[in-house]
Amino acid sequence: MNEHLKPSVLDRPNSYVGKTVPRPNARRLVQGCGTYVDDICLPRMVHLAFHRSAFAHAKVVSIDTDEARAVPGVVGVFTMNDIRDVITPWTGVLDHLKGIKSAEQWPLANGKVFWQGEPVAAVAAVSRAVAEDAAEQIFVEYEELTPVTDMETALAPDTPVIHPELGDNLCFHRVIDSGDVDAAFADAAAVVEDTFHFNRHTGVPMEPRSIICDYSRAEGELTLYMSVQCPHMSKNLFAKHLGLDENKVRVICRDVGGSFGIKIHTYSDEMAAGAIAVILGRPVKFIADRLESFVTDVHARDHVVKARAAFNSGGELLAIDMDDVTGIGPYSVYPRTSGIELNQVVNLTGGPYKHASYRADGKVVFQNKNVMCQYRGVGHPIAVAVGEHLMDLGARKLGLDPVDVRHNSFIPDDAYPYTSPSGAIYERQSHRQCLDKLVGIMDYAGLRDAQAQMRDRNIYRGIGFASLIEVTNPSPAFYGVGGARIASQDGCTIRLDPTGGITATTGVTEQGQGTETIIAQIAATAVGVPLDQVRVLTGDTEIVPYGGGTWASRGAGIGGEAALQAGKALKENIIALAAAILQAKPDRLDVRDGSIVDIATGQERMPLSELGGIAYFRGDTLPKDVQPELVATRHYTQRQFPFVFTNAAHACHVEVDVETGIVNLLNYWVVEDCGRVINPKLVAEQTRGGVVQGLGPALYEECLYSSEGQLLNGSLADYLVPMAAEMPDIVVDHIETPTGTSELGAKGVGEAGTAGAPAAVMNAINDALDPFGVTLTHMPFTPDKILKGLGRA
Amino acid sequence: MKPTAFEYVRAGSLDEVLTVLEERGDEAKVLAGGQSLIPTMNMRFAAPEVLIDISGVTELRGIEVRDDVLRIGAMCRHVEVLNAPEVAEHAPLIAMAMPNIAHAAIRNRGTFGGSLCHADPAAELPACVLALDARLNIDGKSGPRSISARDFFLGTYMTCLADDEVLISVDVPKVMSENVTFFDEVARRRGDYAMAGLASQATVRSGFITDVRLAFFAVGEVAVRAPHAEQALQGILLQDMDADAICSAIADDISPFDDLTTSGAAKLTMMQVLTRRAVESFAKQGAHA
Repeated sequence: MNEHLKPSVLDRPNSYVGKTVPRPNARRLVQGCGTYVDDICLPRMVHLAFHRSAFAHAKVVSIDTDEARAVPGVVGVFTMNDIRDVITPWTGVLDHLKGIKSAEQWPLANGKVFWQGEPVAAVAAVSRAVAEDAAEQIFVEYEELTPVTDMETALAPDTPVIHPELGDNLCFHRVIDSGDVDAAFADAAAVVEDTFHFNRHTGVPMEPRSIICDYSRAEGELTLYMSVQCPHMSKNLFAKHLGLDENKVRVICRDVGGSFGIKIHTYSDEMAAGAIAVILGRPVKFIADRLESFVTDVHARDHVVKARAAFNSGGELLAIDMDDVTGIGPYSVYPRTSGIELNQVVNLTGGPYKHASYRADGKVVFQNKNVMCQYRGVGHPIAVAVGEHLMDLGARKLGLDPVDVRHNSFIPDDAYPYTSPSGAIYERQSHRQCLDKLVGIMDYAGLRDAQAQMRDRNIYRGIGFASLIEVTNPSPAFYGVGGARIASQDGCTIRLDPTGGITATTGVTEQGQGTETIIAQIAATAVGVPLDQVRVLTGDTEIVPYGGGTWASRGAGIGGEAALQAGKALKENIIALAAAILQAKPDRLDVRDGSIVDIATGQERMPLSELGGIAYFRGDTLPKDVQPELVATRHYTQRQFPFVFTNAAHACHVEVDVETGIVNLLNYWVVEDCGRVINPKLVAEQTRGGVVQGLGPALYEECLYSSEGQLLNGSLADYLVPMAAEMPDIVVDHIETPTGTSELGAKGVGEAGTAGAPAAVMNAINDALDPFGVTLTHMPFTPDKILKGLGRA
Repeated sequence: MKPTAFEYVRAGSLDEVLTVLEERGDEAKVLAGGQSLIPTMNMRFAAPEVLIDISGVTELRGIEVRDDVLRIGAMCRHVEVLNAPEVAEHAPLIAMAMPNIAHAAIRNRGTFGGSLCHADPAAELPACVLALDARLNIDGKSGPRSISARDFFLGTYMTCLADDEVLISVDVPKVMSENVTFFDEVARRRGDYAMAGLASQATVRSGFITDVRLAFFAVGEVAVRAPHAEQALQGILLQDMDADAICSAIADDISPFDDLTTSGAAKLTMMQVLTRRAVESFAKQGAHA
């Protein structure tokens, strides 16, 4: 840790690290001048629409496409048999998730359909409207099969097996048994338990999934314009399954209108678009509409958890014992699998605490609903809600304050690095400092006084806490070791241009979260140029270094470190050249604010524009042995720990109208420790957006299915996303504990808000309802459920 | 989500609207603000062959103060009604309802008449015109007619408008000094369709309440009055109100349906809470009168 007390490479004159700066792409986006996939129009382009299964589980007896083919403007109609020769199926398993299994998945129905909305046949036409007209003229004869929808009975002996070749409906089973759980519960002063229901929901990016596949027969090249988080992963997967040379597949990802983990997976309709482009030799565009998004974008969560916790009389957590079952739809999603979410739940529950005994049994089961896979927060919201509710139950049972029970149970500050009973390794966390700061900024004592006074007037307010850990900066242990070609390393190339500005290309990607801004800040600081002289390019696999893109909160920590090292390397090259030109010693020179300066006095020796001009156009003036090298590339892989954990403390303040069941969100506070803060405003906005995306499913968002597996709310009128009017002010503050795994010291921040909010609001609602003896653990907390809990409906 | 191809007629006059409606009958749909019709077409739940855009028809626009009534043109945008001082003065119930209708972008295009003709069971305005005993002025090739709000709504998305008729305007009786009004709804988010809502108007004289209209919405197939509860309130001294009796009368009047996320039982509780809040508000308003 001590090296961080020395002046860092980042504490330089004209450093931009740690400062709020304007986002270079914001002007373009707010003016409506972004380039999303649907803005791109290529010559001879055709548009896809799909006939999608109306049933959750059925045999496809026959498909009649004659009338669809006859619709004027239709270029082609495709079933699985029409594309089978150009594409191979995929299976969503990874080697390091022991025992995980799934079935082969095809881009179009291959004899059976397994969820409502699964693509069965595709129409390519001159417009999307014509394609939809024709898709209505595809007639499919189905023979209905019994749908498996209830995950709690998916493994029962009389439940049909969805994929007979797998033998049962169990995708993945994980058991942890650490310490002596039975003894801990036997000796406990207090044992608490509850059953939790976590609702299926989905990401709802404003820009839906979108792709254009442009196949050149002449070159054997496929260019993909995609709205995606991982361009290199997509390049690999399309090449692999379309049988193309990976070097001849290019992914171009321009502006992305949100993704949240939705745009990180393999989707049947997008793979079908690739196959059809290869067959037609024409550009093929597919833009998912909102209904298609609801029935095919990965869903998330959908867990039932039974958990109990043991405490000693001092309110110290001794043990947690939990069972989790989660329904993932008919397939484990390729290539990341649908086992990771459960893995995170069992790895992370109780993460902030020092209990030595922990048992978890998690089952991932198949069902005939849309697939479920990684979405912002991956497992964390479940783990945090379960653990933090148990902490509150323990506090209540022991008559202690929930803050004190947390303090008593935190891992001691001097115990780091610390290995949790689930095997997770924490480098260093600041739970105590975060919670102390949180209690201060929210005026906890004042809120408790007000709460008591208001109860006398039949106004029911509640305060809920959540302390949490978050997985960030992943090493290759996340996916790479399991056999997935998903890069955990990332790279950055920075070039000094003749004008004295720099251009940085990076493998991490921009979805609206500000990646390009922080890369620019780091590059400007490391090289020593003004921020407005930095251009950052992302998202084009033929331009940027090979990298993993955006997942597991890695953009700042991994991509940022690569940018820092590339910038430092370029600066060294610049100084070496400047020393030759100026006949000075390199250690007497520095680069600051776009100029070569004397390191001691700061006096300008030469502007970078002059150096660039000499390097690129007047090499004749340089000594014979000097060859300018004004491009530098560096890569970074975090391999010291499997992940670098962040931590945070959240608090939520609500008022429950016990007559109508409406929850009013009054305030929300977060104290977050994401290590080095590169841009305070972006960190705060990531946290706020994450909190909102966690409050949404706790109060509003749910993919509702009938018992037959029909999605009941496929529009934004019926699927309620959190909106500004209901959201509270969210106050964000920081503790900075830089990670020692990198020079930059940054950890991730993209998902922690989502991780903590469901727990905090659940605890706040239950605190508000405490006078009624009501405890609610079935999300979302609708007015209906609250009134029923109160015996008023 | 693209509609099937359709013809588009931008009508310049009421006569042109009626002519096309007569010629095309149920193949035609009148397009006002399009806030419900266009999504319905995009989802391909509706596929009219011709849309008659009435936004340029001046006979359908404007808000007019007449002797006993306020006349609101069918083509008035929600935002116009929201901002009209005449509405605030003469039809405060409608003014109270307007901010609850969806969001600003929808209120900028959606229309007063369009909402009534769409007859969504969760919409605010059908309940308002029901509570106010408004009259709806209709025209068609067979001639103009006027109909009470009570008779206009037939069911979910169903009204008594014939295929060749169009709603022209709505006559709302002007509020009187002894009237008291209440509007509220319970919605999960601001601007959402309510789980239960109440539009109510009554007369209070010397603390006694008469002529009570309780019009509920989002609880059945169509906005609906609650006759037993109205009767239970009729003529009573507000300060002596027996809330339990009124709540039980509401249960006799209406058995709300379950919707996707709210049970009928929860809706009934919300209706009873809204009614109690209405009567409490009436008592306050009556005391100030």
